[in-house]
Amino acid sequence: MENLECEKDIVKVKDLHFSYPDAHVALRGVSFHLCAGDKVALVGPNGAGKSTLMLQLNGILQGRGEIEIGGMRLTRDNLPLIRAMVGLVFQNPDDQLFSPTVFEDVAFGPLHMGLPEEEVIARVASALEAVRMTSYRDRLSHHLSVGEKKRIAIATVLSMNPSILILDEPSAGLDPRARRTLINLLRDLPITMLISTHDMRMVQELFPRTIVMDNGQVVADGMTKEILDDEKLLNEHGLEKP
Amino acid sequence: MHSDAFDRYHHGHSLIHHLDPRIKVVVTIAFIISNAFLPDGAWIAFALAWAFVLFANALSGLGIGFTFRRSFIALPFALAAITVLFSIPGEPVASFRFMMGDLTITDAGLLRFVSIVIRSWLSVQMAILLVAATEFPKIVHALNHLRIPTIITVIISFLYRYLFVLADEVLRLLRARQARSAAAAGKNPGGNVLWRARIAGHMAGQLFLRSYERSDRIYNAMLSRGYKGELMTIHPHHFHTSDLWIGALSILGLIIMQIVGRL
Amino acid sequence: MHYSPTPLHIPDGFLNLVVSLICWAITAITLSVAISRTNKSLGEKQVPLMGIMAAFIFAAQMINFPVAGGTSGHLLGGALAAIVLGPWAGMLVMTAVIAVQALLLQDGGLLVMGANILNMGLLTAAIGYGLYRSVLGSSRGTKLVVAGVAAWLSVMAGALATALQLWLSGTSTLQTVIIAMLGVHTFIGIGEALITVAALAFILRTRPDLLGEQSVSAQGGRGWVFAGIVISMIVVLLSPFASTNPDGLTRVAQDLGFIDSAQSRSGPLAGYSVPFFADASASKIAAGIIGALVVLTLAFVAGRSLQKKS
Repeated sequence: MENLECEKDIVKVKDLHFSYPDAHVALRGVSFHLCAGDKVALVGPNGAGKSTLMLQLNGILQGRGEIEIGGMRLTRDNLPLIRAMVGLVFQNPDDQLFSPTVFEDVAFGPLHMGLPEEEVIARVASALEAVRMTSYRDRLSHHLSVGEKKRIAIATVLSMNPSILILDEPSAGLDPRARRTLINLLRDLPITMLISTHDMRMVQELFPRTIVMDNGQVVADGMTKEILDDEKLLNEHGLEKP
Repeated sequence: MHSDAFDRYHHGHSLIHHLDPRIKVVVTIAFIISNAFLPDGAWIAFALAWAFVLFANALSGLGIGFTFRRSFIALPFALAAITVLFSIPGEPVASFRFMMGDLTITDAGLLRFVSIVIRSWLSVQMAILLVAATEFPKIVHALNHLRIPTIITVIISFLYRYLFVLADEVLRLLRARQARSAAAAGKNPGGNVLWRARIAGHMAGQLFLRSYERSDRIYNAMLSRGYKGELMTIHPHHFHTSDLWIGALSILGLIIMQIVGRL
Repeated sequence: MHYSPTPLHIPDGFLNLVVSLICWAITAITLSVAISRTNKSLGEKQVPLMGIMAAFIFAAQMINFPVAGGTSGHLLGGALAAIVLGPWAGMLVMTAVIAVQALLLQDGGLLVMGANILNMGLLTAAIGYGLYRSVLGSSRGTKLVVAGVAAWLSVMAGALATALQLWLSGTSTLQTVIIAMLGVHTFIGIGEALITVAALAFILRTRPDLLGEQSVSAQGGRGWVFAGIVISMIVVLLSPFASTNPDGLTRVAQDLGFIDSAQSRSGPLAGYSVPFFADASASKIAAGIIGALVVLTLAFVAGRSLQKKS
């Protein structure tokens, strides 16, 4: 396990524990940190705790342990600030896009941050620009394809100008063309990223660093190339080399 | 893939399409109120109202007969008014046997019945045009601007957004039911009514649970984007002078109809 | 999948202005109370939950099952919505459903929406929740039976209210419209009861916590039981009375100033009555049987809630 020093920590997690109300233990002492500009893949079998971990990072679930985002401790009081910094995109875009129009969905974040109307409109424009979907501004959400919805979902958090983008299974359910468009987009976005995925080919292509989780713990954290060459590690945790 | 049966918007760039949605909603409702105010038998006023509808149709670029073709949707409800033909005293117009007695249609009854049907027929056409020339989310914006409580307009927005998602789920459930509704050779398929009702109820229960769980996930998505319990809306519509003129002229037209109707 | 209008969605033009406005007033007042009450009971989650539930009710109305001879049973959903969400949230949800049906599909008018919301959203929720609330601590079987009766009664209440509004607007003669509305909805109500009970049974089996003592559903107070019973009694007593003795009801309405003599001249007092029902013994008997059954259930329900108090 490598712990690279960085000049600016975006995410620092120390010894995180969490159990669900039904007593299921989901996180057993997770620790890692992400530096500004890191693009990290989070892999592991289903049930490893990846989604649970993501929901901890913006305070939707609260466990025991320390979480720091952009140098700020995550506490109940500063949740609104944390949530502006952590752009969490859920797996099912129909859960993420809950407004009738694309504009309203992308505007939701900045609007609820309390920004004035002109600023909100400007943020929507730049977020749609960043995901290359400016012409979709006035479209109705229920008319979009899955791939289009996924990219708009990214825009809905980009409009908050977050410090880190966290995506849960972004390429799941996409046809090859939509997947390629998404991968190109993720490659070009100049923002710290943590992506949970089963798509090992995407991991190989886009992410220099990988964290492997299993059974609520971090079992590996290092250069993607090394991890993908470690057959024993991959086998042990239900992963396949692409 | 979609249950597009719920999409009523016809895309266009006409004057009506670009008109401020608040004006469109207000004029539609004013028109319906005006119809309700017109006395029975005010044929000239009704004709003016129909001209208004046709004119609006033409301006919308959807064809002058657009709403006419779709206007018979409420016709079955006319049955509710049918007794009025026989119950208002006046000069008999026609008479026929019905079961054990005679039914007589009077002229006053006929006048009232036709007036009720015409009012309904005219009003529904304006409502059809409203939703055909205005995207539904814009109608919701108009309701917001017109001070309908936010909680209600937001529920309506969610309803609209997720209607198609849930309708697709219902279709899948119905199709799955269909696929399993085979008939064994020689036997009558379908089970009895109680059994069918139970299956329908289970489908509703399934849909309910999936919806409930979905609402949890949406709530998390809202939290992640800064939702703190108070919903904020943006007010994207600004009046142009032309909008206000069209609104004023429409109201003027309705007032003229009222005057004509009472001459 | 074709969506078809039901006989309870009144279009514009069939109610006169006064009746429409009175119904709007009742609806507006009730909804403003509902809005402030739901703020307290559901808190932050209320918006996405009510939004999705509205979509659920709308979509659930597409689930049908063949009854007999080409007709099919449908769900209206007012009672179900109130039972699972609580009375106030249930009313708001049904309001959204009715509004979208009117705006988007022209199923129900815009000016008369106040009446439609009252009939299909407010009365149904009050009866549905009121009766169910009284058996909250009882066995599953009791809950389901009461929910079924509540669902049936809620549809009948909506039908009765619709009939009265049509009569007071001078659109229909009282006797005919009441008999027609109640008659048709007796069967539609059975469909409603069956689906509501089956859906509720499913939810009780899979997520009983959603309907348990601690849930949102149990938040409404005992006042609801009272309201539910009162409205049900009105439905039960008024329906057979109005259908067999329309002159009596017309007299009362005249005395109270609801209709003036000019309107009544066009009503049953003009001497016309439906020949088939002039005798009215058949409908009297039917009304009597239905009334008796319902009164028995209500007595049972009332007895239970009184028992709880002591």
